[in-house]
Amino acid sequence: MEITCINCPVGCRLSVTLENGQVTSVTGNTCKRGEIYARQECVDPQRMVTAVIPVAGSAMPLSVKTRTPIPKKLIDECMKALSAVEIAAPVKAGSVVLANVCGTGVDIIATKSVGA
Amino acid sequence: MNSKCVDILVIGAGPAGLAAAIAAKEDGIDNLLVLEREHNPGGILRQCIHNGFGLHRFKEELTGPEYAQRDIDRAREMGIEIQTDTTVLSVDGKTHTVTCVSSAHGVEIITAKAIILAMGCRERPRGALGTPGTRCAGIYSAGTAQKFVNLEGYMPGKRVVILGSGDIGLIMARRMTLQGAKVLACVELMPFSSGLNRNIVQCLNDYDIPLYLSHTVIDIKGRERLTGVTVAKVDANRQPIPGSEIEFDCDTLLLSVGLIPENELSEGAGVKLSPLTSGAEVDDVLQTNLPGIFACGNVLHVHDLVDHVSNESFRAGHAAAAYVRGQLSGGDTLDVRDGDGVRGTVPQRIRKGVSEEVDLMFRPSGVFRNATCIVTCGGREIARKKAPIFTPGEMAVVKLKPEIVAGLDDTVTVTIERS
Repeated sequence: MEITCINCPVGCRLSVTLENGQVTSVTGNTCKRGEIYARQECVDPQRMVTAVIPVAGSAMPLSVKTRTPIPKKLIDECMKALSAVEIAAPVKAGSVVLANVCGTGVDIIATKSVGA
Repeated sequence: MNSKCVDILVIGAGPAGLAAAIAAKEDGIDNLLVLEREHNPGGILRQCIHNGFGLHRFKEELTGPEYAQRDIDRAREMGIEIQTDTTVLSVDGKTHTVTCVSSAHGVEIITAKAIILAMGCRERPRGALGTPGTRCAGIYSAGTAQKFVNLEGYMPGKRVVILGSGDIGLIMARRMTLQGAKVLACVELMPFSSGLNRNIVQCLNDYDIPLYLSHTVIDIKGRERLTGVTVAKVDANRQPIPGSEIEFDCDTLLLSVGLIPENELSEGAGVKLSPLTSGAEVDDVLQTNLPGIFACGNVLHVHDLVDHVSNESFRAGHAAAAYVRGQLSGGDTLDVRDGDGVRGTVPQRIRKGVSEEVDLMFRPSGVFRNATCIVTCGGREIARKKAPIFTPGEMAVVKLKPEIVAGLDDTVTVTIERS
């Protein structure tokens, strides 16, 4: 299986060998992170999710991110959960906007301060 | 009219201007002023809410606002003055006099011993493409749409086609999809994308958005608002192939068709620009043809990574500080030329007899697999770098070590050779 590493802008082309759903070898990576990515990507792909949500009391929306990557298949659900969040200014960068999104154990945090 | 004198004036408080100011301040330049047109410092990073910034510099993956905030916080801790809401009207390259205007102070004349140009770049507009069709609403540059969505909280449309596969276009394909729009296609004139591979994967493939390579938009339809575009395949000469048309029913067309350094002020000052980069021609310390005027970041040449912008700009800040102190050595320079496969190498010249590391940065003129970049000086090889791929979408960097730079005695040429 051929995949492109998305860890950094180099975008290494990785060749991954799978046997019975298990990764047996990774080649083409130029750093350790590439191998880790390939092993994850072929079994349970994960992505960081970033988005903007409206903030009561502020004309500017708030930018947010998942603190760490979440399963790719949960991105839609994550966006739905985010659209239900009601938050009011002031918000500080780094504060938790939504804890444990979709039961992933990952928090969604603000990436900027609004009205503070 | 107010007037004042500073040691170093930085124009622009985006990542380049902030890094240059921080470096100059570190070198003990206290009489330092940064001018910013917008209400907040941070530049384009403020609207780049996606992650992927700072891997090189901070060894972690930050979003744009987080990356910018680190430099803004550092500048504030150091006591660097950033005057926002201030537009520079002109720069006099001989007297180093800058005219600027703001609501708070009116017109001001600022004279600086050294000036650092850090104005960034601008998106290529529809007018530069010559695409036929009506002049309806619903056509935006990708960065404008990004500003609407991420900073102002407005969605510019519901059914979207993206022309051009630059990184901002790819990022906006994902952003618009996540925020509820349907992105029908990303259309690229060239047979390859000008964006980063990682963005093709995580912005298009992840959301099943088709990428049409060697295609372009040949018609734009709609009276008041865009109602559709016609896309056609192009031949090797980039001419549309009759019969290959595909109709898209869309209300929004985003353009991600290239960035141009914003050099109106530089040109007015008499700074010599390169036709290849559209930025200033500079030496190894990023000094332009005008003594004491430096350029860094996207106003010098368009970068892919903000980490590289910051690094380049630290260098400009240190050099400007040395200039103010009379410690910057000048004199003769050697030219740096583009060889085969190479376009727009920066710097364009290297000072003779200095022994400092120099980064040669350029864009490959095409896609080269398993190729080698070779740097020669008067026919003698002085550096080489192998890579699995060189592509126009990724700026390439070759380092010249200090001892190599010290020994330069002739024109330096950068070439890419296929293996």
